[in-house]
Amino acid sequence: MSYEMLQTIWFILIAILWIGFYFLEGFDFGVGMLLPFLGKKDEERRAIINTIGSVWDGNEVWLLTAGGATFAAFPHWYATMFSGFYLALFLLLVGLIIRGVSFEYRSKNPDPKYRNRFDWMIAIGSFLPALLLGTAFANLARGVPINENMMYTGNLFTLLNPYGLLGGLTTVAIFLLHGANFLSLKLEGELRERVNGFAKKLWIVATILYVILGIFTYTAGFWARGIVNPGIVPITAIVVLLVAGYFINNKMEGWAFIMVALNIVLTQVTFFTMTFPNVMISSTNPAYSLTIYNASSSQYTLTVMSIVALIFVPIVLAYQGWTYYMFRKRISTEKKTLVY
Amino acid sequence: MDPITLSRWQFALTTIYHWLFVPLTLGMGWFVAFMQTRYYQTRDETWRKMAKFWGKLFLINFAIGVVTGIVQEFQFGMNWSEYSRYVGDIFGAPLAIEALLAFFMESTFLGVWIFGEGRVPEKVHLASIWLVAIGSNLSALWILLANGWMQHPVGYVINEANGRAELVDFFALVTNPKGWIFFWHTISDGLATAAFMILAVSAWHLVRKQNVDFFKRSFHMGALVGLIASVLVFLGGHTMGQYMYETQPMKFAAIEAHWETSAPADFSIITIGDLSGKREVWSFRTSQIGIPGVLSFLACNNFSCEVKGVDELQAEAVAQYGPGDYVPLMVVTYWTFRIMMTFGFIMMGAAAWFLWNTRRKDYENAKWMKLVPFGALFLPYLANASGWILTEMGRQPWIVYGLLKVEDAVSPNLTVLDLWISLIGYTVVYGALAVVMVKLMVKYAKAGPDAAMHESVDVAPALVGADD
Repeated sequence: MSYEMLQTIWFILIAILWIGFYFLEGFDFGVGMLLPFLGKKDEERRAIINTIGSVWDGNEVWLLTAGGATFAAFPHWYATMFSGFYLALFLLLVGLIIRGVSFEYRSKNPDPKYRNRFDWMIAIGSFLPALLLGTAFANLARGVPINENMMYTGNLFTLLNPYGLLGGLTTVAIFLLHGANFLSLKLEGELRERVNGFAKKLWIVATILYVILGIFTYTAGFWARGIVNPGIVPITAIVVLLVAGYFINNKMEGWAFIMVALNIVLTQVTFFTMTFPNVMISSTNPAYSLTIYNASSSQYTLTVMSIVALIFVPIVLAYQGWTYYMFRKRISTEKKTLVY
Repeated sequence: MDPITLSRWQFALTTIYHWLFVPLTLGMGWFVAFMQTRYYQTRDETWRKMAKFWGKLFLINFAIGVVTGIVQEFQFGMNWSEYSRYVGDIFGAPLAIEALLAFFMESTFLGVWIFGEGRVPEKVHLASIWLVAIGSNLSALWILLANGWMQHPVGYVINEANGRAELVDFFALVTNPKGWIFFWHTISDGLATAAFMILAVSAWHLVRKQNVDFFKRSFHMGALVGLIASVLVFLGGHTMGQYMYETQPMKFAAIEAHWETSAPADFSIITIGDLSGKREVWSFRTSQIGIPGVLSFLACNNFSCEVKGVDELQAEAVAQYGPGDYVPLMVVTYWTFRIMMTFGFIMMGAAAWFLWNTRRKDYENAKWMKLVPFGALFLPYLANASGWILTEMGRQPWIVYGLLKVEDAVSPNLTVLDLWISLIGYTVVYGALAVVMVKLMVKYAKAGPDAAMHESVDVAPALVGADD
């Protein structure tokens, strides 16, 4: 296979990993953020956690694999982005650390104060990564200061511009909505009613933010800066989000979940098409941008990694999909059925 | 402090911390999988309780290993961007494969194992704990192949056009003996660490005459596996030493405070250096007790081969790579090696002693049971940390041996403030985690098997209803 073809394939593969991560961890970040607000009693909180208990860790591996694949296939992209977004990533890691530990530790002591503290750590640990990833991706679309040596020359505050923050908040809102939809599929009884109420309100906030972000992206010229025009993909993304509102208000939970999930997927597709073949746009000088061509590994490494991915990605997808099937039942708040 | 020093401290801190938890994860997974398999075969309730109880401790420990592992994967890019650019073509591959092959497997099936009992078929539940154990050990393999490449780079060329190292032989990368010897040393070390944890906790209960059958069975397993594993650790270490002699002679010499080339070479029992760490002040060597050539034996299995000294190797390195100091910080390499080795030997002896004593019916009444197994728990932890410090410090000043120096690998855009924020941040978060984790480990270890069958050790079984 030609070198350019391999570079394109790996760009697509990394895009797929991010899409998978946003789709999967998107709802479990949402569930995490909703936890202290939605669950009033301890059994309720445990039931909420158990909706994602068996899958959140596997979902998070999509992020680690996206990171690892970027390192292997586009070392310069990995190096520039990870060192450039240093403090943002540090905060993201702190979020993931306190969140991951809290899932395991929160029920290890019956003291309500102890459990409450960990539940808040889950919420904060879900909020921080959602906010920071949204901010980071918005900045990637906007362009960040990169010099001729592929070095990021800004700092944390460079990322905290209005567009970046809007991207962050929109991501938080969409993930909250996605999480609420997921919960309405997984919970039952009073808790399910409550989360459906949450979803209605969240849909309004998320839709408003999303539309503003779309208009901002279009008018500021962050639109098609690569060689591909995303065309109707972003329009469809807005349409499915609007349609989701209809389903949410008519208690068609499955369809609501699918529509918001589609919105997330299409948004990521838009992001990756509108920057392609750039992977990091330089706001200093477009000539300094990192592209799939100047940031990639050698043809040999890409070939080897393609073979590895071809063998193992289907296996991973199969068993991860199977676990969702295994744990497809709704979770009751009845104490004796809860796993702690 | 300058950015390089801060990044080094941060890498050391986060890596050593991560490595405090990982060996137990690597080893305990096999124990739990074995116990659950025995229950599946025999329907003996004690095996089921054993899998549950040791499984609880496994999970409390596992959580920290996982979350601190994420930091490891990210900080190559975050703090060592020039390293990532220079060797990403090679080093990125095992990392990506580790995520794809190992992380997905261990995290997905851990979820199945925790939440699946009674929900998935029993065979599937049993298979899931085996897949967790295999997954976590596979993860060790790939990260050690990556680290093995940093110690002994193979299968690459320097691409003059873009000035970086590029992979030309993937097969050489995955068959690098360095990585496989590390793997052997590491997984047997994981088993030994888990065995000593089991011995310590079991002894605590046995002394108190609680769940005697349960903990005797555990203690026997711990003693047997502890002995086999610590012998394997030793053999792996010995093999590693000989391979190091061939591939990293400077590291080998620095570990032994071996300044001058000699044949046969003498083994230092104790060497005191001067404050600069560059000169010997006083030493006591094996030849002084009548056994010359021990270092030669360690290097190449005969008592007379030549072992090059630090001084000659330094001169050779200057000739090859230009002016500079190519000697690792000898006070660290020398003493960490001695701590690791001494503790390793004590572990072998202790495990043999425990195993020997299990022949007696009432060994739980012996006086030594009160303190010895508990004290022995500190041995693998200190040996693990020492071994890790040794292998990384012994490679200095290189980040990739003979290819790239640490000082050229650091991210150039990071400021001292950035690094202080993250260094202090990690220290605080990791410190707090350690406190919570140790408290929970102690609490669950003390509470014993009956409590482990329930939600939380503080809740009386009657209030809980079902056992999980």
